[in-house]
Amino acid sequence: MLSLIVFLPLVIATVVALVPGIRPAAARWVWVVISAAEVVLVGILWVGYEDPGPNKLAFDEQVPWIPGVNSSYHVGVDGLSLPLLAMTTVIFLAAAIYALKNSDRPRTQTALFLFLEGVSLGVFVSADLIVFFVFFDLSIVGMYFVIAGWGHGNAARSALKFFLYTFLGSLALLLGFIGLYVFSDPHTFDILELVASTPLKNDPVAGGVVLTAIVVGLAVKTPTVPFHTWLPPAHTDAPATGSAVLAGVLLKMGTYGFVRIAMPILPEAWQNWAWPIIIVGMVSVLYGALVALAQSNLKRMIAYTSVNHMGYIILALGAVGLVIDDTAQARSVAVTGAIVQMVSHGLITAALFLLAGLMQSRAQTYDMDSYGGLAAPAPRFAALFAIASFASLGLPGLSGFIAEFQIFAGSIAVAPIAVLALPGILITAALFLRALQRVFAGPTQGLSIGFADLHGRELWSIAPLLALSLLIGIVPQTILGVIEPASAVLVNIVGR
Amino acid sequence: MTGAQIALVTMVALPAVVGGVLAVARTERSAAPIAVLTAGVATVLAVFTAAARPSTSYPFLAGANFALNVDALAALIVPMIAAVTFLVLVFAAGNIRRSRSRFFGLMLLFSSSALVTATAASLPALLFAWELMGATSYALIGFWWRDSDRVSAGLTAFITTRTADLGLYVAAGAALAGGAGMDLASLSSAADPWRDVAAAGILVAALGKAAQLPFSFWLSGAMKGPSPVSALLHSAAMVAMGGYLLLRIEPLLASTGWGGPVTAWVGVGTAVLMGFVALGQRDFKQLLAASTVAQLGFVVLAAGVGAVNGGAAHLVAHASVKALLFLTAGAWLSAVGTEELESLRGVARRWRVVGVAATAGALALAGIAPLSLWATKDSVLTVALVSSPFLYAAGLVAGALSAAYAGKLVWTMWARPGTDWEIRSQGTGKVTALEQAPLAAFAVGAVTLGVLALPPLLGVLADAIGGPAEVSIGELAVSAGIAVVGLLAMVWVRAPEPRWALEWFGLEAAAHAVVVRPVLGLARALAWFDDKVVDRSLTMLSGAAYRLALTAAWADIRGIDRGVSAIAIRVGRLGQLARSPQTGAIHQYFLQTVTVLIAAVVVWTLCTMMG
Repeated sequence: MLSLIVFLPLVIATVVALVPGIRPAAARWVWVVISAAEVVLVGILWVGYEDPGPNKLAFDEQVPWIPGVNSSYHVGVDGLSLPLLAMTTVIFLAAAIYALKNSDRPRTQTALFLFLEGVSLGVFVSADLIVFFVFFDLSIVGMYFVIAGWGHGNAARSALKFFLYTFLGSLALLLGFIGLYVFSDPHTFDILELVASTPLKNDPVAGGVVLTAIVVGLAVKTPTVPFHTWLPPAHTDAPATGSAVLAGVLLKMGTYGFVRIAMPILPEAWQNWAWPIIIVGMVSVLYGALVALAQSNLKRMIAYTSVNHMGYIILALGAVGLVIDDTAQARSVAVTGAIVQMVSHGLITAALFLLAGLMQSRAQTYDMDSYGGLAAPAPRFAALFAIASFASLGLPGLSGFIAEFQIFAGSIAVAPIAVLALPGILITAALFLRALQRVFAGPTQGLSIGFADLHGRELWSIAPLLALSLLIGIVPQTILGVIEPASAVLVNIVGR
Repeated sequence: MTGAQIALVTMVALPAVVGGVLAVARTERSAAPIAVLTAGVATVLAVFTAAARPSTSYPFLAGANFALNVDALAALIVPMIAAVTFLVLVFAAGNIRRSRSRFFGLMLLFSSSALVTATAASLPALLFAWELMGATSYALIGFWWRDSDRVSAGLTAFITTRTADLGLYVAAGAALAGGAGMDLASLSSAADPWRDVAAAGILVAALGKAAQLPFSFWLSGAMKGPSPVSALLHSAAMVAMGGYLLLRIEPLLASTGWGGPVTAWVGVGTAVLMGFVALGQRDFKQLLAASTVAQLGFVVLAAGVGAVNGGAAHLVAHASVKALLFLTAGAWLSAVGTEELESLRGVARRWRVVGVAATAGALALAGIAPLSLWATKDSVLTVALVSSPFLYAAGLVAGALSAAYAGKLVWTMWARPGTDWEIRSQGTGKVTALEQAPLAAFAVGAVTLGVLALPPLLGVLADAIGGPAEVSIGELAVSAGIAVVGLLAMVWVRAPEPRWALEWFGLEAAAHAVVVRPVLGLARALAWFDDKVVDRSLTMLSGAAYRLALTAAWADIRGIDRGVSAIAIRVGRLGQLARSPQTGAIHQYFLQTVTVLIAAVVVWTLCTMMG
């Protein structure tokens, strides 16, 4: 089942890429149909999912691959990965519907995005470090071509920067993986076996070095301060669909790596390095929010809020490393918040980037001061943008609140210093409300005049993302029921 | 689920759902009737739940349910919120003429979040409703979004109250750490020092919403919203909920030792200082706004000294008074086109029904016996005297100031206009029947609701929600006397207006200077740092790598390659040199052989000689 989910888009991508005779309209619809099928398949998975228990995966499949180094094609899901899997398929479907109007090489685009979808899903189901790494790197390659091929502005340069920077990060990651292999006994790349055997348990120095390699590799992808500067140009010059996938899905590979690999395999090292990680998280929260506040380019602003939002996740995960008696519940709440934040940020930021893309396609600029009073010609656009903004600033009733409330409640209970990061949600609120005011309020002027409102296809692409955010915000048990058992397991493993 | 539980859920969910649909859909014609009907149903359900006292909860977060509970305190407040909403919406049906669907939708959402706030029994439920209330108030204050300054005012309101709301996030962390769970009622059993942290966090959040000092300034800007919004925001939702939350957590405040006195002094201090501000205002709605803050000061004082019944009664009575006065201001704003007191002089003579209702409200606000706020305020002050005579004295000063600013309103409404104001009028010149009907209902409340703070109801409330069961005749008389003197002094003598209080003590400017501007400056500096230092150093690093590569390429061509070539050339020359003896001429070969032989003999001879 999981292999079907991962390889269906990869196979179709190959077919679409190899058959030059496919007409543009057909190519566009192939993407929509396949990504819709993926949503359905993951939905079936979700319905049939039962919590597999500690250090086990549901729906797991294992086939020997490189037996010489004990690496196998091993995939499976648990409460940490299933929500991300679902979010990924939803974002790709939204991007597919959004791109239905695209006339720029639709066949290649469909092939590329289906390829990206397949490898992204592959990352989230991997239970083997080599498989994880292969999918992880392929996603970078795919995104490079998306930005370079369909971007605007300084796309080639931004794409190159993105590629080199994240590729360098993945090399650090590979070093860390090799370190895990070398120090494990018996040598293996299998994640579950590594978790069970806890290599480097009694070697704080080597454990610290291996963890540093892995953390740096993941921190580049996440990204956290100070490894974040590839993100704003990549987003600014990427096409809307590329930005949505980059922010919604690719960034999560970094944070997901923490909960899947770094924390459970190196619990002692994670505990030893909890404080630096907490501080990096808090700095990312405040720094990302403040720099975002100063932006006048809408897409850059949203990009920096991603740094802020990822910072919350790092903060919460760092707090989990502070193993203090009687705080297991608080740490579990923090992990749950972090996972919800991954899903929530994916949905909301994808919506924001798709909305921002409309400004580029209609008025060719993201400069907020070129607009004003946009709510008059484009009331639906304004309403969706306002909802997405409030979701992003953590308003209750939407998913961001469920994430941030738990992150803060859990983190503050374990590490009271986390209150210093609270102004992050305040600055985020200020910057989004300022943006709303600059773009939508006041007399209609500048590029707002004659700006066409959202029409059906655009609405159908963006509104469902926000509807899901609303669903999670009001009935969080829809998703928490899956996440909470897995969080408790992770907290136990890290607390070993 | 029992019937009462269904009623409770419907009461909060129905306005939310209908409001959400109205806010998004464009049903301009039917919006007002639908909204009024919804608010009416919610009011009936509110009265029913107040009698049945249901509680319900559904699983929300791990270990923290979304819990709603109608206890005695909520049973008093919930019908008030629902009824005020209903009456304000009736008024709005006759007052708001454009964008009605969005307006009524947001108003319903606003009131729904206030209802959830009032019934919330757990921190997540409270924070959920609390922040939604803030967000809807933002949308309502900036409702006429074509005017940027109104949107700015909404932004100020939201950011200021959210600053205070961070206290609730801290409180949630403290509740989790203190092991008491997320239920509001169990917070006082949290372990030290977490109990104090939780109390402080909630206190800050409540003071922010109630616009107590130093947060008061956001309420001044909030007047830029439509008048029905102000009426609801000041009486039943938002500001009132700040005071209400403090009444609800009074046991927690009392359990900390420091919480009660701090709360009491912030409350009474706000009541006095904002009394001066109200007296200094020249704008009808600004005067009312400042007086709301001052009156909420009495509620906060009540929570601090443990006069929960008096505070709750004051909250309910004040809701009626303030909704009445704000709607009056709104009706005249539409009819006359101004809310400046100078231009409104004598306005009650033109619209006598409205004028009489507003006068009843103003007299109640002044604390004239036997009207409502006289009794409710005094039941708070009676308890304050028990804890500290200074608190009591400050409360009396605040009471005198209430009488003075209310007197200013009464005098303005009934004074003889300097010119025929019909000529100055820029409004519609009409007050519709839909606008007048709610005024009458509120006036009745403003006059009679004092019974909540007088026997026998005072005792009933004391048993149900806490506080003293007896009144002090002497203090009631003192209060009544001060009110009459303050009012008459204002009406006859025209006491001087404190000009220094006109700008609300410059609180907003101070917040800009101390917080907003430094933060924006820091943001710009960091953005510069990010571009010019973090990113550029990276670019330089990659540039350096590129230069290194160029150098390597240069070294490759000029150094290694040239070296190799040079060696090759030398070897070639050597080869040429080695080839040169091979001339092909026999006589030369002989000569060479002889030379080598001679050299060999010489070398051999030398070697043997040297031994």
